[in-house]
Amino acid sequence: MTKHHVSTTINGEPAEFLCEPQQTLLDVLRDELNLTGSKEGCSSGDCGACSVIMDGRVACACLALGVEAEGRSIETIEGMAEGETLHPLQRLFLEEAALQCGYCTPGFLVAAKALLDRKPDPTETEVRFWLAGNLCRCTGYDKIVRAVLSAAAEMRG
Amino acid sequence: MNAMRYEAPGSIDEVVALLAAADGDSRILAGGTDLLVQMQSGFVKPGLIVDVKKIAEATTITAEDGGFRIGAAVCGAEIGEHADLKEAWPGVVEAAELIGSVQIQARASLGGNLCNASPAADSVPALIAAGAVCSIAGPKGRREVPVADIATGPGETSLGTGEVVVSIHLPAQSPRSGDAYLRFIPRTEMDIAVVGAAINLSLDENGQCSAARVVLGAVAPTALLVTEAADALIGGPVDDAALERLDAAARAACRPIDDKRGTADYRTKVSGVLARRAAGIALERARSNS
Ligand SMILES: Cc1cc2nc3c(=O)[nH]c(=O)nc-3n(C[C@H](O)[C@H](O)[C@H](O)COP(=O)(O)OP(=O)(O)OC[C@H]3O[C@@H](n4cnc5c(N)ncnc54)[C@H](O)[C@@H]3O)c2cc1C
Ligand code: FES
Ligand code: FES
Repeated sequence: MTKHHVSTTINGEPAEFLCEPQQTLLDVLRDELNLTGSKEGCSSGDCGACSVIMDGRVACACLALGVEAEGRSIETIEGMAEGETLHPLQRLFLEEAALQCGYCTPGFLVAAKALLDRKPDPTETEVRFWLAGNLCRCTGYDKIVRAVLSAAAEMRG
Repeated sequence: MNAMRYEAPGSIDEVVALLAAADGDSRILAGGTDLLVQMQSGFVKPGLIVDVKKIAEATTITAEDGGFRIGAAVCGAEIGEHADLKEAWPGVVEAAELIGSVQIQARASLGGNLCNASPAADSVPALIAAGAVCSIAGPKGRREVPVADIATGPGETSLGTGEVVVSIHLPAQSPRSGDAYLRFIPRTEMDIAVVGAAINLSLDENGQCSAARVVLGAVAPTALLVTEAADALIGGPVDDAALERLDAAARAACRPIDDKRGTADYRTKVSGVLARRAAGIALERARSNS
């Protein structure tokens, strides 16, 4: 099977990998690049655990091919903290107990970051609609929504 | 598993040449939100995937003849961000924006929604109501086909072997006209339409309905253009009596299935209600668009 050589940008750094054409971007991130923060929940676009930002838009890595990363910019949960300093969303998820098992958390954080990058002052309803593609089995969503609103308020200063 | 080949050419001519040279199952890849789900479940096993997202005419929205040409692979989010398009065809834009979550919106295209040929595809009724026409390229050259003539049944299209939808053209919206799309789902987001209803209507100078197109989704194997429902509106005011006739004509046209999302009876009833509500929204838009 011929492998594709893909040149891309991941979390701001140039990256290259080899992949088979049918491998999803999620498979490539997790299995080839050891970026295991993006999770596989459903592989059908329903749960958002695999959320990554592709060229500025949040998308499901399970529904993209690895080869599609060629020439694009991909942001994953691994790029969210600055060194040891957590992103305000990450810190507020911890402080406000917006996670239990944590499996959904990277996807929620990536999706929420994409929202706040676009809209620094979302309403609660906007947060809930934006995060409708992220499922959580544990928290009941309320704390997640509140943590996103707190992070938005903090980031606006 | 057989080896799969992936190509991402820069022109439609190359797409057509790749498809013509391929043997076995070839698939166009736009956003992949249907195709990859079908591949992951083993439902389709293409030998060749041709990604059309590196092709300018398949990925841009341009103004044309007073209307708009939307590349077949333009994603829903980009359609929603296009202010002029939204102003001219709010119903079409609403329908495109209803597809999936933000994650799905980053990828899902009108070409994919149309060619996947689900009876419940949200953008298709709105495109048909608007009178949209596809530009198709294939081994015999280019042809123009109304969106209404693409889906022939669940998962089936009238596209010939080696053909690809390049773009979809929305005509200029007439004066005093408005379009709207509504769907019914049991929750507020992330579900498949139980019924969809799209209406595009025009008023004359006296406020009488002079033209209308009424399209129902998810109540038959393909979206239904219901001329009887349009006739119920045309020629008079869009008043309660007209809406009552519209409701009855919509219900009469339904040929729905029973499934976990709704019984046939329920779908039939809801189609009348949604048609009526969509007509109300289209009417408001037509009045403010004079
Ligand atoms: C979680 C989730 C939620 C969803 N919600 C909705 C919803 O609310 N409403 C709805 O209508 N749909 C929904 N869908 C289905 C899907 O997102 C849409 O049908 C979408 O518009 C498909 O577009 P795509 O670009 O991703 O298509 P792809 O998956 O890339 O393609 C779909 C099919 O069309 C063919 N194709 C694509 N482009 C062309 C072309 N230009 N010419 C010829 N053939 C082509 C492909 O080969 C494939 O067979 C949902 C899907 C998921 C995963
Ligand atoms: S794993 Fe991608 S959406 Fe669930
Ligand atoms: S914290 Fe367990 S799934 Fe969300």
